[in-house]
Amino acid sequence: MYEFDWSSIPGALPLLGKGLLVTLEVTLTAIVVGIVWGTLLAVARLGANPLLAGLAAGYVNLFRSVPLVMVILWFYLIVPQLLKAVFGEGIADIRLTSALVAFALFEAAYYSEIIRAGIQSVPRGQVAAGLALGFTPAQTMRLIVLPQAFRNMVPLLLTQAIILFQDTSLVYVIGLSDFFGTAYKVGDRDGRLVELLLFAGAVYFAICFAASQVVRRLQSRGVQ
Amino acid sequence: MAQLELTGIVQRYGAHTVVDGVEFRLATGTIACLLGPSGCGKTTLLRCIAGFEEIAGGEIRIHDRVVSRPGRRTPPEKREVGMVFQDYALFPHLTVDANIGFGLVGAADAERRRRVDELLATIGLAGQGGKYPHELSGGQQQRVALARALAPRPQLVLLDEPFSNLDVDLRERLSVEVRDILKSQGMTAILVTHDQHEAFAMADEIGVMFDGRIQQWDSPYNLYHRPGNRFVADFVGQGVFVPGSVLDARRVEVELGVLESGVPVDCSIGCAACGKGCGVDVLLRPDDIVHDDQSPLQAEVLNKAFRGADILYTLRLASGQQVLSLVPSHHNHALGEKIGIRLDVDHVIAFKTPPR
Repeated sequence: MYEFDWSSIPGALPLLGKGLLVTLEVTLTAIVVGIVWGTLLAVARLGANPLLAGLAAGYVNLFRSVPLVMVILWFYLIVPQLLKAVFGEGIADIRLTSALVAFALFEAAYYSEIIRAGIQSVPRGQVAAGLALGFTPAQTMRLIVLPQAFRNMVPLLLTQAIILFQDTSLVYVIGLSDFFGTAYKVGDRDGRLVELLLFAGAVYFAICFAASQVVRRLQSRGVQ
Repeated sequence: MAQLELTGIVQRYGAHTVVDGVEFRLATGTIACLLGPSGCGKTTLLRCIAGFEEIAGGEIRIHDRVVSRPGRRTPPEKREVGMVFQDYALFPHLTVDANIGFGLVGAADAERRRRVDELLATIGLAGQGGKYPHELSGGQQQRVALARALAPRPQLVLLDEPFSNLDVDLRERLSVEVRDILKSQGMTAILVTHDQHEAFAMADEIGVMFDGRIQQWDSPYNLYHRPGNRFVADFVGQGVFVPGSVLDARRVEVELGVLESGVPVDCSIGCAACGKGCGVDVLLRPDDIVHDDQSPLQAEVLNKAFRGADILYTLRLASGQQVLSLVPSHHNHALGEKIGIRLDVDHVIAFKTPPR
């Protein structure tokens, strides 16, 4: 019978805390950039310009058709070259930067699909009403359609954020010490991999379950 | 000067012509109505005027400015046209105040506040500007939609079936209210509806539309009493066509007797050339046939519809011809009973019988 030994966890908590901060940084950056960039993609895709619509559709389909792990690796290989070309030498943390870029661009594709559905859920009459009141199509989108679309989308956006929070653990492939990566390294170092991974799993579960309860409450409020 | 002028408007969807050569002009301050059955092209025409659709032929002018001609269209936001939609399309994320003030973009805060308050008072919702649209009744939402359209003082207000989501009682009351509000603001307006009661209650002028064409553009009174063709006669008001034959300029003989017209028989409609003995179909409205116990003319009660003040009887004449008669409701007769009737026709509406 395997003997559990949790004694290495208390000492590793500061390290694990730092790892959690990295996880949160990647998650929040991807949410913010993903929603902004995703909104632009969604608007372009629904817009009248066929070239922009085609480019946006291509972007979304590309990112939704390749595994996230591969995207993370690609960006790890590409971004350093790119940054070197733009800024010269001297980027402190190449792993973190490439992970931030990869997640933001990847998530934008998923967010754009959610936002596109949200925009389409707003009745067409709202657009007509905006135009009839003297607003341009762009103003109508910004002032009338998007506020309503985002209100309808909040639960879906948050659900996607929870999935994203879990997916950030994939940065272990480029050796970035996020929460999962740190837990793995500590466990490996102390020979207590099973305990550390169980602990990490418990923390992920606690955070995600709590967050999904919040989303459920928001959803039931939205139904009224 | 005409506030709105349409010349030769044509609109097609693929090979199907939806609007076919429509022309009319509206003087400033007039409320007009496009009346017709669904699919007649009236909503399409309204959308062309609003600028949501290109036109395939003709020209639309608003306040003497060309806004539409084939291949060139001023977009809706540059037309200064207010629109009230069938489902109101109020902005659900904004308060009533913000909805009404939405179109007042250039205005200073104080001016905007003043205009919103003025309109809230006009629509009878003073002090309720802080509510959200879903907290209002259907009729209130409808009036907010109207106020929102009026706020920027548009050149023209377009109303697309504005009462169809309301129950019948409210519809009649509100159509009078909406008319008063539009008149108080001196607005020129066009209403689209398939409901003639709404059209009669609201409009100064009505264009009856069918098959993409304006069949007759006239006052409500004339549409009812002087229908220009068979379609208008049939669509506006109730009535039955009975066969008859022309005796002279003022007299037509039908089964019920000789109809004597106060004015020459209105045969603009195809029978001017045919003269004595010409076969015509005569329109008999329910109020043209009066119940009279003394009358030797008898008809059998086939059906009756109680309407409160009066009863609409469907009667069968000796020949089997059916007619309608509107009778005060204290004359309550059973089905199958024979009752005396008499013609009371002020002017005869007749159309030449189409060749079979």
